[in-house]
Amino acid sequence: MYLYIMAFLVGGLICGLGQIFLDFTKYTPAHLLVIVVVIGSILTGLGLYEPLVEFAGAGVTVPVMNFGNILTQGVLVETKRGGFLGLFSGILEIGGTGVAAAILIGFIMAAIFRPKE
Amino acid sequence: MGKIDKTQEEYQKLIKKHQPQGSPIRNFFAAYLVGGLICVFGQFVLNTLQGAGLSMADASAYNTIILLFIGGLLTGLGVYDEIAQFAGAGSIVPITGFANAIVSPAMEYRQDGYILGLGANIYSIAGPVLTYGMLTAFLIGVIKLLIF
Repeated sequence: MYLYIMAFLVGGLICGLGQIFLDFTKYTPAHLLVIVVVIGSILTGLGLYEPLVEFAGAGVTVPVMNFGNILTQGVLVETKRGGFLGLFSGILEIGGTGVAAAILIGFIMAAIFRPKE
Repeated sequence: MGKIDKTQEEYQKLIKKHQPQGSPIRNFFAAYLVGGLICVFGQFVLNTLQGAGLSMADASAYNTIILLFIGGLLTGLGVYDEIAQFAGAGSIVPITGFANAIVSPAMEYRQDGYILGLGANIYSIAGPVLTYGMLTAFLIGVIKLLIF
């Protein structure tokens, strides 16, 4: 139960802050997505993402911020193991699942449905 | 297709239609509520998958796929845009919003063909996200290699 409440509070807060960004700047949702992903990467680089996941569960793994987290995590794990090459081989190691799923599901949905007028 | 010679005011009205109405405070709480609920749903799926015996890593991966599927499906059905009208960033920031950002332009531009329409525009928002996500992850990796 605790994790559900934390997921709501923290996940909701991230979205609320995103809305403030949209309301008070001229940037678009695309900018917001990029910035949120970059923030996720940086938090992982600082070693803060893992504790956040333990603290808020899906509250930080459902927002796209987590995409930045898993890209960086892949790089950090692979560079630790394989050094320089890991900078490249690690990037999609964990994130590859999400990228592949997003593009494949996206293709199927876009091929089936027509935009509403 | 409408004429392009709209006055600034008409254009603003046109844009407004696609953005949440109301004060920033109302928008904040709408985004909080919907975004929070999507995360709660994600937590529920995650718990269910782990309860079924999946490891944390596998459960997270399936959770991502399931949420992407739901976001993509609701976008195809035209429901996601309705939610977005109300929730703004609450429907953009969760991973379902990423699916929306992929399906929406791909579906819109399918009329220009499967290669240059759907195939190219499927990346119109996912592309920047991937590019800068990879770049940041790479740079952080470089910093860690240099320091440790």
